[in-house]
Amino acid sequence: MALKQDGQERSKNFTRRALLVGGGQGLLFSALAARMYYLQILEADKYATLAEDNRINLRLIPPPRGRIVDRFGTAMALNQQNYRVVLVREQARDVKRTLDSLALIIDLSERDYKRVLREAGRKRAFVPVTVQDYLTWEQVSRIEVNAPDLPGVSIEAGQTRHYPYQETLTHILGYVSAVSERELTGDPLLELPGFRVGKQGIEKQYDLDLRGAAGNSHLEVNAVGRVIRELSRDEGTPGRDLVLTVDSELQTFVHHRLQNELSASAVVMDVRDGDVLALASTPGFDPNIFNVGMTNETWNGLISNPLAPLTNKAIAGQYAPGSTFKMMVALAALDTGVRSDHRVFCPGFVDLGNTRFHCWKRHGHGWVNMHDAIRQSCDVYFYDVARKAGIDRIAGFAKRFGLGAKTGIDLPGEKAGTIPTRDWKLATTGEPWQVGETLVSAIGQGFVLATPLQLAVMTARIANGGRHVMPRFTRPFAKAGETPEAESLGIPEGHLKIVQTGMDLVVNHPRGTARRARIDIEGQEMAGKTGTSQVRRITMAERAAGVTKNKDLPWRRRDHALFVAYAPIHAPRYCCAVVVEHGGGGSTTAAPIVRDILLETQRRDPAVNPPIRLVAGDRSSES
Amino acid sequence: MAHPRPLLLSGQSAGWRNPDMSLSEKIWQINWVLILLTCAVAGAGFAMLYSAANGNMDPWASRQVTRFGAGLGLMLTIALIDVRFWFRHAYIVYLAALALLIAVELVGSTGMGAQRWIDLKVIQLQPSEVMKVALVLALARYFHGVGLEDTGRIGTLLIPIVLMLVPIVLVLKQPDLGTSIMLTAVGIAVLFCAGVRIWMFATVGAAGLAAVPIAWQFLREYQRQRIWTFLNPESDPLGAGYHILQAKIALGSGGPFGKGFLQGTQSHLDFLPEKQTDFIFTMFAEEFGLIGGLTLLGVYALLLAYGIAIGLRSRNQFGRLLAVGLSCNLFFYVFINIAMVMGLVPVVGVPLPLISYGGTAMLTVMGGLGLVMSVYIQRDVRIPRRGPADEM
Repeated sequence: MALKQDGQERSKNFTRRALLVGGGQGLLFSALAARMYYLQILEADKYATLAEDNRINLRLIPPPRGRIVDRFGTAMALNQQNYRVVLVREQARDVKRTLDSLALIIDLSERDYKRVLREAGRKRAFVPVTVQDYLTWEQVSRIEVNAPDLPGVSIEAGQTRHYPYQETLTHILGYVSAVSERELTGDPLLELPGFRVGKQGIEKQYDLDLRGAAGNSHLEVNAVGRVIRELSRDEGTPGRDLVLTVDSELQTFVHHRLQNELSASAVVMDVRDGDVLALASTPGFDPNIFNVGMTNETWNGLISNPLAPLTNKAIAGQYAPGSTFKMMVALAALDTGVRSDHRVFCPGFVDLGNTRFHCWKRHGHGWVNMHDAIRQSCDVYFYDVARKAGIDRIAGFAKRFGLGAKTGIDLPGEKAGTIPTRDWKLATTGEPWQVGETLVSAIGQGFVLATPLQLAVMTARIANGGRHVMPRFTRPFAKAGETPEAESLGIPEGHLKIVQTGMDLVVNHPRGTARRARIDIEGQEMAGKTGTSQVRRITMAERAAGVTKNKDLPWRRRDHALFVAYAPIHAPRYCCAVVVEHGGGGSTTAAPIVRDILLETQRRDPAVNPPIRLVAGDRSSES
Repeated sequence: MAHPRPLLLSGQSAGWRNPDMSLSEKIWQINWVLILLTCAVAGAGFAMLYSAANGNMDPWASRQVTRFGAGLGLMLTIALIDVRFWFRHAYIVYLAALALLIAVELVGSTGMGAQRWIDLKVIQLQPSEVMKVALVLALARYFHGVGLEDTGRIGTLLIPIVLMLVPIVLVLKQPDLGTSIMLTAVGIAVLFCAGVRIWMFATVGAAGLAAVPIAWQFLREYQRQRIWTFLNPESDPLGAGYHILQAKIALGSGGPFGKGFLQGTQSHLDFLPEKQTDFIFTMFAEEFGLIGGLTLLGVYALLLAYGIAIGLRSRNQFGRLLAVGLSCNLFFYVFINIAMVMGLVPVVGVPLPLISYGGTAMLTVMGGLGLVMSVYIQRDVRIPRRGPADEM
């Protein structure tokens, strides 16, 4: 019975051990349950997030860029549909053959052909590869007609910025172009392929307003990135439409009027509220090429052109203002106590120490008072009163009238110009101010530099009775109604009157320097001031032999021609400043241009129509 | 013959059942709860395969249902066969399985870098799966004939160790780390229940640990990689660690109540690897949450408890060891699979029994359950130590 005993022993032992095994299993199962609890309860949030990250792909929807319209609502920058042909590998099956058939229909360069093959091979089968962008209507319709023979080929529509006025408005609007490395801010919208940002002009200045806010689409994707469905979509906020103070037709007129000159710029402003009605700089360029992409030759041509078509000379061209600066000297002199009937004898020059300062008129003007001096632009008179006023007082007036500092116009790239003072010269050159320099400054030469826009602002402030008007391209969005009148600069009315009368005489006096450019339509007469600024030094020898005539000089060495004016004389509303680079005399070259512009401006009279106000949500689509 | 006899009154003495039961008696004795539990688990499997195919019976669920039907037939057939038949033919079954293992070495198809299958047209037979059951049969048969005293001797253990080592080495050569680990674990479980001394396990365990560096040399590159990845899955989230990470995301994102049937994003959007086979549990837990996962674990636990209870209830050592051994086999399947998809053990390629898509594993598990039922049906039968001929 040992065996039986062993059997019982064995049975007991088995029971014990089987229970141990069962217990062990229970224990290990508990470990599994604990792990499940850990993953599904304690860590559930973390993994839920990870699962959503896996599943959901956020795709940005670029907002349509806001339009830019002129004060009457005419679109100057808008979005156009553009069509591109794309190829989806998995639908095309035989990519090479499809491409071959496509090449028969549209012109496909060897480079594009290879690029498409390469991209199609590298990208996932369901990702569309762009074959060609900016298709013409003809190409689109040809592809559509042949669609049955082109498996996997489809047309996609995108939006491109379009500038219908091309070169005319280029220096105001600027242009949009692909985002550069430096412009990346971390905003994923900027990283979207094909996204454009404003690079110049209004497009740059108001880029964020025009851009709007990106929408997004939550897409459910699988492990290889294929889109399963769209979970939700937020269209985002379209860019805001922008109304400029510009009158696009006046701008067109101005632009065309400048075409006779090689390189010129003009500004037309409302003297009361600062609305810039036109601002042109020639030559220009077609902003559309920056969007579509240009050839290297085009680009090199633009940057190497000596006439600097890429520069907006109206705000970034700094010129010696010449005699247009004399109004500032006159106001400073009046402020010093010089009376308008103070007379100076002009023999054609004045000597200061060993240096002789010439009047532009070789044999002099004889006795002149302030009115005569402005009318005839007598240099000797202003040498005299400038010495009385002193450079710092002159500079003070110049700055109050908007010179020597950026006007703060809402356009990027503005230059400040220069209005010298004693401190300025010491700080810049380390040398003290010379009296001779006051004389040179008095006739707007030497250190004095101003932009055409600054000259326009100066003219506006003279014309509007000494009010601190600021140039602007947009009206403040929120406030309705008329803009409040600009603050007064505190110039005595009598002083301004003297200067205004001088400017009147320049144009309307039988012997005014700009007599030939006068407007003789009743109620539209203009007042102005010529300016001719030297870009070279006239030597004693040349002066002795007779100053060379501008037309005999090479273009680069000719004088700049300037003219500033406002109209109508008795109720000033518009002012205009024109600078013709190396144009010769202000009275002969610049004044007629200003006259034509002010005539056209008054004919159109845009100030009676304040810029339209866009109703939110009103965005009639253009194509 | 046709009418069932009262259970306890039959036989020579109370408690010792007449060994020759009629078919109807046997059918009467079938443990229906066991079948019900099996069907419940398999049903969950069908649902998951249906979901894995995005709500389609094809390609997996319908074939799995067919296999389960066949498996159920096999299970009942095996259950109704006399347990002494299995006792008598235990070694033959073992040798047959061994022959298949060798055959797979010679003519087997290669899948995932390992030779595992013999293509029988109807089914791709995986001999290593069959061996799991065969090994338990052989070991149970061997220890049935060894007294408790003798299990203490090392000499006695020589044969079972050879019985274990031969298939383990063969499977490791395929190479199939998961199955060889399971074979080892199941073998040890049977040895343990048979009464082998604890200190022996301790000694072998210590020796085994010492042998780890040597074994490392024999592992294939992908196996080493898997172990490395297991130890630090986040190190390579897009490479080898991807599977484990995605599985954990699926599981964790299921939360307490799950995302709902057919709603698992990780599985339906193909982030989950091999969702219809080894990683099916993650899909289940993603769609049914902690509640679902624990319920499934509970059903498995019940199934295992039944196996052990049947072992405890059996009056012959063969039946006891067979029932507990097969129960352990099922346990290791479930444990290793779930532990691996939850990142507790390396990914070794063990399916979730009755749920994962795959033929052989399902058939062998159900065959094993059939054997357990056979033990239950003839729980009171006497099997002499030296075999049926040796009447004591």
